[in-house]
Amino acid sequence: MKEFKRILALSMAGCMAAGALAGCNNGGDDSKDSGEKPSVVGEESVDTSSVKEIYFLNFKPEISDKYEAIAKKYEEETGVKVKVQTAASGEYEKMLTSEMQKSDPPTIFQINGPVGYQNWKDYCSDMSKTELYNQLNDKSLAVTDGDGVFGVPYAVEGYGIIYNNAVMTKYFAMDGAKAKSMDEVNSFAKLKEVVEDMTAKKKELGIEGVFGSTSLKKGDDWRWQTHLMNVPLYYEFKGEGSPITNCLNATELEFKFADNYKNIFDLYTDNSCTDKKLLGSKTVDESMAEFATGKCAMIQNGNWAWGQVKDVKGNTVKEEDIKFLPIYTGTEGEDKQSLCIGTENYFAINSQVDAAKQQASVDFLNWLFTSDYGKKAVVNDLGFIAPFNSFGDDEKPTDPLAKEVLSWMSKDGVETVIWTFAGIPSEEWKSQFGSALLEYTEGKKEWSKVVEDAKASWKAEREAAAAAAE
Amino acid sequence: MDKVVKKHFALFALPTMIAFTLAFLIPFIMGIYLSFCKFKTVKDAKFIGFTNYGRAFSDSAFINALKFTALFTLVSVILINVIAFIFAMLLTKSIKGTNAFRTVFFMPNLIGGIVLGYIWNMIINGVLLSVPATITSDASYGFWGLTVLMLWQMIGYMMIIYISGIQNISPDLLEAAEIDGATPWQKLINVTLPQIMPSITICLFLTLTNSFRLFDQNYALTAGEPNKQTQMLALDIYNTFYGRVGWQGVGQAKAVVFSIIVAAIALTQLYLTRSKEVES
Repeated sequence: MKEFKRILALSMAGCMAAGALAGCNNGGDDSKDSGEKPSVVGEESVDTSSVKEIYFLNFKPEISDKYEAIAKKYEEETGVKVKVQTAASGEYEKMLTSEMQKSDPPTIFQINGPVGYQNWKDYCSDMSKTELYNQLNDKSLAVTDGDGVFGVPYAVEGYGIIYNNAVMTKYFAMDGAKAKSMDEVNSFAKLKEVVEDMTAKKKELGIEGVFGSTSLKKGDDWRWQTHLMNVPLYYEFKGEGSPITNCLNATELEFKFADNYKNIFDLYTDNSCTDKKLLGSKTVDESMAEFATGKCAMIQNGNWAWGQVKDVKGNTVKEEDIKFLPIYTGTEGEDKQSLCIGTENYFAINSQVDAAKQQASVDFLNWLFTSDYGKKAVVNDLGFIAPFNSFGDDEKPTDPLAKEVLSWMSKDGVETVIWTFAGIPSEEWKSQFGSALLEYTEGKKEWSKVVEDAKASWKAEREAAAAAAE
Repeated sequence: MDKVVKKHFALFALPTMIAFTLAFLIPFIMGIYLSFCKFKTVKDAKFIGFTNYGRAFSDSAFINALKFTALFTLVSVILINVIAFIFAMLLTKSIKGTNAFRTVFFMPNLIGGIVLGYIWNMIINGVLLSVPATITSDASYGFWGLTVLMLWQMIGYMMIIYISGIQNISPDLLEAAEIDGATPWQKLINVTLPQIMPSITICLFLTLTNSFRLFDQNYALTAGEPNKQTQMLALDIYNTFYGRVGWQGVGQAKAVVFSIIVAAIALTQLYLTRSKEVES
């Protein structure tokens, strides 16, 4: 027994020593970090010959295999291995948090805008000197802080109400149709009239409902708690300065356009191909499949959804029939409203890895967006509308929805609804709002309570974030 | 032989001790330390005292999760053990095909929690289609859904433990009771139950801790919907830690509180049931 005690004491002592050592390491890191300015990449030529591998943490699971092919090609050309890891849908922040603690953290990662930048401030290098940033068509799109540029957007995306023109043409040809062509539908009032009439005639039109399911399952509710929410946010925060900045600085939400949100949301759920009470079990995939198989005529989603429509078995929607309509909510002057266009995809370079690795990461991004092979891959495989001037007019994606976004972007006299949702206080706010919407559609919560809760939670989340930043 | 083992005790225990220290003790102590810190990743922790604990206890979601978890644990522990015991009694009688039944009942336990969660999510949503509603329409659907799932998964396992306990009872004791004129009920209460007390200790321990720590099933079945009403403690900690900017420390504080509760419950239960165990 005595022996045992001695060993126990010894091993305990060992533990403590190990713990203390670990403590030392931590302490060392801290002091180094606090004294340093944010590192700058791309400024001078850093010798990258020692770098064997960089690590890219990908945000988009739907194109992970495309990225891997690109990485392989890059390794063949330059000898630098690009390790590509992909986070599952909705799990990016979680995966990034755990990957960042490893001894071999991601060198290129993504932030979703100014809020994401606040979260990862200490890990973002200044990219203002990089070629990538300097080739941006519109430099104001980048995430900046003071003079520094910490996130460079790489894909512009747009969303609205996608409609199947074949069904619409069929409807317009009917007796007593409320409109003769889609051009007449340029306000919420008209949209409502048409949609409700279509619901009445859904048997003749061969659809089960006008809109695809309003997917409100947890994790599949982003089309409503983030994307649709963008419309009232934009109208509330537009005016002086950038709406995103205004939204970001708002400690309180007035929700001035709550009724407009309710207008369109009710229209979606009342004319859906699914019973209101069942929407809590629907996923985005399911509702996209409903659209693809012709069960409904319209669905709210973005240009990224083309893949989901095209690849569904039994797809009946033809490429030339798939079009975009802006999300009308009944605001003044909305006949000039365009699609919601913006980005929440920003590249950031990890400032905590050594300079050579940072430079090698920048080199990879430059290669991807400027070399012939890279540009072709971006346009054809990744399907991005890249906001860089290295892309010529003939180097744009050719899928029908991306083409629609491009044509809306080049239209004169329309007002683009900027992606203001980047200023939403936290993921928690979105999650709570999504839950409230579900309760509302199931008739368990009054709309006024939904609005009240959204405001209260906005305030609470802003305060929590401010407290955390201290 | 005994002497040799005793002499080299330390040598034999060392590998386990090292593994235990590296994989459990150090992370655990670090975890406790981090609950007093503000941090984003473990590398940049700053000590801030008890603030995190204050925020954890003023978070209504945490308190709700605590209540929901307690209620769920109570209901599922009672139901699992009663039903598993009844099955064990039935399957130790000489009925035809007992082995087949035992295998069938045990099988759900071999499927992982996440998979079970998604399967039951489909089943329950399918059943509720006739209402129409979904499992997230009402918190009580989620509660009973979780209970059914837990019963389905755990009963088989507990049943096996009870069966082995029942089979170990000496037939002499039961025979003696019978000769003394005991009714079947008296035999159950005065002979069988005291004799299988060790099995009861194990089963209570397993069901209690497993129900209290439930995560996968909760995550896959309801994800806490509607509005966090079916969110259990482990899921709440997970969401606090990963879902909110600047809340990592609070999540860590909740986790420490959680481990203390689990340890307290488990130790109290072990003490109480152990004291009832009898030598046969």
